[in-house]
Amino acid sequence: MGMGVVVEAVVKIVIVFGIVLTCLAYLALFERKLLGWIQLRYGPNRVGPWGLLQPLADLLKFLFKEDVRPTTPNPILFSVAPILSLVPALMTYAVIPFGDRIELFGREITLYITSVNVGLLYLFALSGLGIYGIVLAGWASNSKYSLLGGLRSAAQLISYELTLTLSVVGVLIQVGSLDLVEIVRAQSGTYFGLIPKWHLFWYQPLGFLLFFIAAVAETNRVPFDLPEAETELVAGYHTEYSATKFAMFYVAEYANILAVSALATTLFLGGWNGPGVERLPLLGVFYFAAKTAIFLFIYIWLRATLPRFRYDQLMRFGWKILLPLAFANIVFSAAVAATAG
Amino acid sequence: MERALFVIFALTAIVAALNVLLRRHPLHSALALLVVLGALAGLYILLGAYFLAMIQVVIYAGAILVLFLFVIMLLNIRAEEARLARRPFLRWLALPFALLLGAEIFYLVRTFEENPVPSGTSVGVTEAIGRELFTTYLLPFEVTSILILIAILGAVVLARRG
Repeated sequence: MGMGVVVEAVVKIVIVFGIVLTCLAYLALFERKLLGWIQLRYGPNRVGPWGLLQPLADLLKFLFKEDVRPTTPNPILFSVAPILSLVPALMTYAVIPFGDRIELFGREITLYITSVNVGLLYLFALSGLGIYGIVLAGWASNSKYSLLGGLRSAAQLISYELTLTLSVVGVLIQVGSLDLVEIVRAQSGTYFGLIPKWHLFWYQPLGFLLFFIAAVAETNRVPFDLPEAETELVAGYHTEYSATKFAMFYVAEYANILAVSALATTLFLGGWNGPGVERLPLLGVFYFAAKTAIFLFIYIWLRATLPRFRYDQLMRFGWKILLPLAFANIVFSAAVAATAG
Repeated sequence: MERALFVIFALTAIVAALNVLLRRHPLHSALALLVVLGALAGLYILLGAYFLAMIQVVIYAGAILVLFLFVIMLLNIRAEEARLARRPFLRWLALPFALLLGAEIFYLVRTFEENPVPSGTSVGVTEAIGRELFTTYLLPFEVTSILILIAILGAVVLARRG
């Protein structure tokens, strides 16, 4: 391994981190603005033009607020929990393909940090580890609201993770690889020169729907935000958290939303594919960002429109409707793959 | 580089495994087990068994251990401890079992034949594992699935009765 490879990897990691973290900050602003517009308000507009400096103000506030700690028998776990929830969320961006490859300084540079042949499994492993931060936060806070929030979250995440995992099996059958780059490559081109070869259109619409619903539940968002149902649990697992530690949960939640949106784009909407990408690979990054932004918009739209599920409804929906549908989708995909050759 | 990583992962696994046994609180033991599983996944990656490493984390760390935590948080563990304390002879069972395990490890190490997989082969790759699972090992695979089905049915029956 030459020095150049290491430098390239480090530079790519730094750039991706910088862009992702900036996006997360503005995702929070985007959410507040959009919620405001949907509810016929202005949204934040005091800090900077159109409130554009609001994320910076929020950051400063989080850093300088007092860090209140509850009396707990597990102070170390209490401090570690937010980190355990943030780190897996940020690690997902290592395998997400933002674009194909470009020529730069006489080197061929890929527009993703790394491509591993178990990429998709790696993402599921990380999403499984993300549960620990929430559960341990609930436990270590030594508060009944936090504990209930943490337990609810654990039950919900385990239930919907099954659907999430099974919903992409159809895509795997179609592509024959767990490598995210391969999955995007398989979606290039069009049918009849008109319909793009995305998995959304080519016999995975059900898989896509299941994936997106399960993903909303996995990220604890409305209408599946029971772990932090404020009318019953104050704020759920992060009731006792303040200042920087609270900010970590906050960033982790947005990091998960962005990661899941990027993953939905990669698996079902053709990732970086679009007209003119073959000649201008950098264009792929913009296609990728635009498609991801659609999902982010839907996420916030859902939050502004839908009421929260009741807990038993959530469980029944997950186990009795989504899971059988996910199984049916696998059988269907396998049958189509077998007959189509 | 590889050797250094091996030492790091192996030491982490051993220290965490000791913690699983020595910690008083079951929650801390469960968390130590999580570290053991993570370190083992690291060792699998060093061996080139990427699929196994990821499945290890997905299944054990992502699902089974979360259920452990769930049970620990929901149940009253103190009662269980008191029940154990009333039967001190259970402690002495540890000795024969430890000896048995020790003998097993000794036997394995003595009869171990070094048979390295040539580099560049596809033994750890998902496709190769799937192929083997659905051809050579089809019967054990199907039997396992029936076993799991029976376990699910058993759980349903127990839950209905209670």
